[in-house]
Amino acid sequence: MSAAEARLLTLRGVSRRFADAPALEALDLDLRRGEFLSLIGPSGCGKSTALRLIAGLIAPTSGAIEWAGGARPEIGFVFQTPTLMPWADVRTNVFLPLRLEGRSWRKARARVEAALERVGLADRARAYPRELSGGMAMRVSIARALVSEPSVLLMDEPFAALDEITRFRLNDDLARIVRDSATSVVFVTHSIFESVYLSSRVAVFSQAPGRIVETLAIDAPQPRDPDFRLSPLFSLYARRLADALNRTEGAP
Amino acid sequence: MTAPAPRARLRDYVLPLVVFALALGVWEFAVRFWRIEPFVLPAPSAICASLVADWPILSAALRVTLATTAKALALATAGGVGLALVFAQSRWIERAFLPFAIVLQVTPVIAIAPLLLIWLDQETAVLVCAFLVAFFPILANTAMGLASTDRGLVELFTLYRASRWRTLTRLKLPAALPYFLNGLRIGGGLALIGAIVAELAAGAAGKGAGLAFRIAEAGYRLNIPRMFAALALVSLAGLAIYGTLALVSRLALRRWHESALHPDA
Ligand SMILES: Nc1ncnc2c1ncn2[C@@H]1O[C@H](COP(=O)(O)OP(=O)(O)OP(=O)(O)O)[C@@H](O)[C@H]1O
Ligand SMILES: [Mg+2]
Repeated sequence: MSAAEARLLTLRGVSRRFADAPALEALDLDLRRGEFLSLIGPSGCGKSTALRLIAGLIAPTSGAIEWAGGARPEIGFVFQTPTLMPWADVRTNVFLPLRLEGRSWRKARARVEAALERVGLADRARAYPRELSGGMAMRVSIARALVSEPSVLLMDEPFAALDEITRFRLNDDLARIVRDSATSVVFVTHSIFESVYLSSRVAVFSQAPGRIVETLAIDAPQPRDPDFRLSPLFSLYARRLADALNRTEGAP
Repeated sequence: MTAPAPRARLRDYVLPLVVFALALGVWEFAVRFWRIEPFVLPAPSAICASLVADWPILSAALRVTLATTAKALALATAGGVGLALVFAQSRWIERAFLPFAIVLQVTPVIAIAPLLLIWLDQETAVLVCAFLVAFFPILANTAMGLASTDRGLVELFTLYRASRWRTLTRLKLPAALPYFLNGLRIGGGLALIGAIVAELAAGAAGKGAGLAFRIAEAGYRLNIPRMFAALALVSLAGLAIYGTLALVSRLALRRWHESALHPDA
């Protein structure tokens, strides 16, 4: 498979302005099939905007977003906030993507339960969003994104609200899910360690308006396991990424 | 901050009742002590006696007024929600028709009533008046609820390519429910006021005589105890409508909406 063939998504010179302030400027980015791509950069540099552009929720002011094969594939999106329906319990929220596909609860039930199991919330299926902690709500939102088994997963700081242990566990789960299902992921994070651990590539954004100033390939063997966190290779990449980030923070 | 449950119950339910009973006692005592004439201020006991004696007339009037209120509220709900849905489909339609609704809202119903009484038969005119005042809060609240659906959820539905219809039924309507119920509660009280005002303006007797007509009639005849009895029934009807709609709202929003939650739940 050549590099061109493997490419799933291409953004060429994509810019987006809000009112009169540019949020993203001339963004060039590609996503390969089965790849785990992280976006990292200072707050307000346009990472969430980039995800929303990719998902087709907003249109670029200029530039082109092209999917291999023409049409946008099915996407799972984890927003920066949980974005749950407050009138529906946890399992109904997770069921939503399947319901919108026209599936009955009877047929979808097993998948909803499996998705909740994955994020460790099987026992809270009947709870309502207001009864959940922030981290739990976020995990429900992750289960909802996974339940339809999308071929592309866009995640906007999904683990930011979680404690370290849960975060590590979900990192491992996510790595496994992605490996097993050949899902392509675009993952926004502020954590250097998380992005090195999970990614095949990390794109570093500049200060607003965002551009990609550096792309770092993490050439470590897949699948990654917890030992990788302790390896010299991991430290090496973490150091390199931190340097790249420092350069952008320093730049005007 | 949280008072123990029995104390809270005492404060929330028992205390108002005790104070109300005390006020009635003071009133009764004052009327007897100073020998106030019944046509100036009847004692609570006299009002109760009138309520019992005049029950056939008063209960018929109560039924008329309540029926008008209920019909008006039903029509206002259908109309208000319907128009809010139409407004939600297109900003153009909203811009075109909202001014009419606002003009009807800001014009006092008492000023419209005489005109309606010329155009329509009395029963319909009263109904239309009650409808007009109840309609706007339901429309305005529902429209606001439909418009303030969580942007993120709207995007989520877009992402999953949900149809307009699905987005409406599964997202916008549930999201608007608390707003609608709030409008309904306001509209319920206003429908009663509208009905009373229109009955007063109509002023005619007949089989359609409501509570307001009985109040006016008793006033002309200086039958002040009956006037008070009818007034008490109007208040009770208002309380009952408010209580029912508040209960409906509480039950519907029990699980999810902050306004329906007990403070220490
Ligand atoms: N809907 C919007 N309307 C106006 N401005 C917006 C909108 N969405 C984003 N912006 C602006 O675009 C810029 C980029 O925002 P974005 O949310 O993409 O940043 P981010 O990189 O995700 O930041 P963070 O790491 O804090 O989440 C910000 O200056 C923000 O104010
Ligand atoms: Mg963001």
